[in-house]
Amino acid sequence: MTSVRPRPDTTPGRTPEAPRAFARGVGLPALLAALAVAVLAGLAVGARTIPPLEVIRILLFEATGQNAMVIRDLRMPRTLIGLVAGVALGVAGGLIQAVTRNPLADPGILGVNAGAAFAMAIGTGVAGVTGGLSTLLVAYAGAFGASLLVYAIGSLGRGGGSPVRLILAGVALGAVLAGITRAIMLTDRQRFAGMIAWESGSLLDRDPSLLSVAGPFVLLGLLLSLALAPSLNAIALGDDLASALGARVLRTRVLAVVAVMLLAGSATALAGPIAFVGLMVPHAVRWIVGPDWRWILGYSVLAAPTLLILADVVGRVLIPPGELPAGIVTALIGAPVLIVLVRRRKASEL
Amino acid sequence: MSSTAQQVPGVDAAPIDPRARAVAVPVVGGWVARRGVGVAGAALVSALALAIVALGMGDLPLSPGEVVQALFATDGGFTSTVVRDWRLPRVLGALVFGSALALSGAVFQSLTRNPLGSPDVIGFATGAYTGALIALTAIGGGAVTASAGALVGGLGTALLVYLLAYSGGMHGFRLIIVGIAVTAMLHAVNLFLLLRAQEEVAMAASIWGAGSLSLLSWTSLVPALIGLLLCSPGLVLVPPLRQLELGDDAASAHGVNVEGARLGLVLFAVALVAIVTAATGPIAFIALAAPQVARRLAGGAGIPLATSALTGAVLLLGADLIAQHALPVDLPVGIVTVVLGGSYLLTLLIQEARGR
Repeated sequence: MTSVRPRPDTTPGRTPEAPRAFARGVGLPALLAALAVAVLAGLAVGARTIPPLEVIRILLFEATGQNAMVIRDLRMPRTLIGLVAGVALGVAGGLIQAVTRNPLADPGILGVNAGAAFAMAIGTGVAGVTGGLSTLLVAYAGAFGASLLVYAIGSLGRGGGSPVRLILAGVALGAVLAGITRAIMLTDRQRFAGMIAWESGSLLDRDPSLLSVAGPFVLLGLLLSLALAPSLNAIALGDDLASALGARVLRTRVLAVVAVMLLAGSATALAGPIAFVGLMVPHAVRWIVGPDWRWILGYSVLAAPTLLILADVVGRVLIPPGELPAGIVTALIGAPVLIVLVRRRKASEL
Repeated sequence: MSSTAQQVPGVDAAPIDPRARAVAVPVVGGWVARRGVGVAGAALVSALALAIVALGMGDLPLSPGEVVQALFATDGGFTSTVVRDWRLPRVLGALVFGSALALSGAVFQSLTRNPLGSPDVIGFATGAYTGALIALTAIGGGAVTASAGALVGGLGTALLVYLLAYSGGMHGFRLIIVGIAVTAMLHAVNLFLLLRAQEEVAMAASIWGAGSLSLLSWTSLVPALIGLLLCSPGLVLVPPLRQLELGDDAASAHGVNVEGARLGLVLFAVALVAIVTAATGPIAFIALAAPQVARRLAGGAGIPLATSALTGAVLLLGADLIAQHALPVDLPVGIVTVVLGGSYLLTLLIQEARGR
């Protein structure tokens, strides 16, 4: 696989190379610290707030009592799910953005979540699928089918289509699939009670046993994405230039789609439909580390779970005694980011 | 993406409306105009036929003849009660609301010169829902408060989307992406409000939020009809709309107050959507699809307003029939229109890519 250095950043006003190295150096411990704080908050904050020192004590030493039970049985699973789903969503978002050269791409916006939900509804409702692994495989199939369809429709026509066409295709297909899913769910409320909770995009009451099933798939997708990262830099230069530089464009694309399917499908099966994490995180990270996809994907692994866990924590305290699903909080933060992005770009680029 | 055809002024512009004929450019000739009248007539006939079929369907099946008899019977038997009091509000609501949504979509699509510039894509319906939710949960009260809230919410969202999308000039695609983002945000806000609300309010609001005609009765339909009637003076802005399609310069050369007319048209179109949304909840994609279907059927250049309205009536009534009878459960019509409209948007994207 060819490693290509990114374009020298000559845009006026951008950070030159030396401060960028500084930002990368400082960024790593800062992101690690942020992630640690987020995890700690995820374990400490809630209807029964536990002081952070107490949380650490419970984590380090075998402890009993109500606090230990709350942490072990309730908050640990949802924080872990937030961690795994967050990593998967962030990296999947960066990967989609790199492969499609589309800064507005996000697995949620592009209908991947809707595809997984649709397949799960059909799977549980019509085919009678139960159990962790088979549910997961059904979700993968749905995510894969939807992303393939959206990509095909979005890149029809001469010049391979525009970012906006891709988004429109994603929104339209997402609407169709979500509508059919809701219609299926309305026919039998009892059977789909689990699906309705799943659809809310909340980290509460998730099945932690899925974690052990999905974990290996996420890991596989993660390794695949990191292996692809050097070729992504070549693809950023355009397909022709990338092949001239020795990158295998088609192979990289296909592998990237597989990785996105594994990551986004797992995240959706674990945490429900959560949009905008994959959109926001790579952009925020790029702002720190520059346009090199190896750095962007690597740092997204730390930044994305921080965001998702914090969104979950915020959702817990916003409307006591109830909870706001994490997916809703990420939409509240992420939609303005989309607006800023689309305002910043020149209309002719879209 | 805005098709060049749409920027040409429409000869078939609302052929039923004599004022629209007066400003039409008479070069393309009568064939298109005659076809426009024919299509509008066909849409009207199919709307009426579909209405009679719909009035006959249900637990008490009636033949078309019995339906007509029951409609105009003076003695008021049981079938009359079923048809006039139980089924007619829903059917009439579907017809009128479908036309209002389609008309609003036609105005927006003409103004933005973009088939995707319709109020549901840009998020006004979601905004109207937000407004109504705030009115219901914060202020309380019944249908009137909800309608007022929906109107304010819809207008506020329209304003917000336009301001956010305006950056050194308006661009259709930016408008749409900003609309998608604002929709996502308002969706989150709506859920937030629903989760915070008291259970009874939340239950009622979430049933309404799916977009359904099943709760329509005369008492809930009449205020909406009055509201729509109050909007009808907005129709005087149709001739200026045809001029605006020529471009701002041409329109002002023809003596149109460009900014005033545009503002008035936006207000008119948002008011239509908001009133319908307040009565039924958000019903997506009729405003998107109906004008495009009408334009294709009529074969002219611009978007024919009258044909759009009639097509919208047929589409919404048809979707409501599917919602009621296709599955064993009574689905909200909003789900059916989302599925149909989303599929239509996909075909639109595919066709447009092929045409390039």
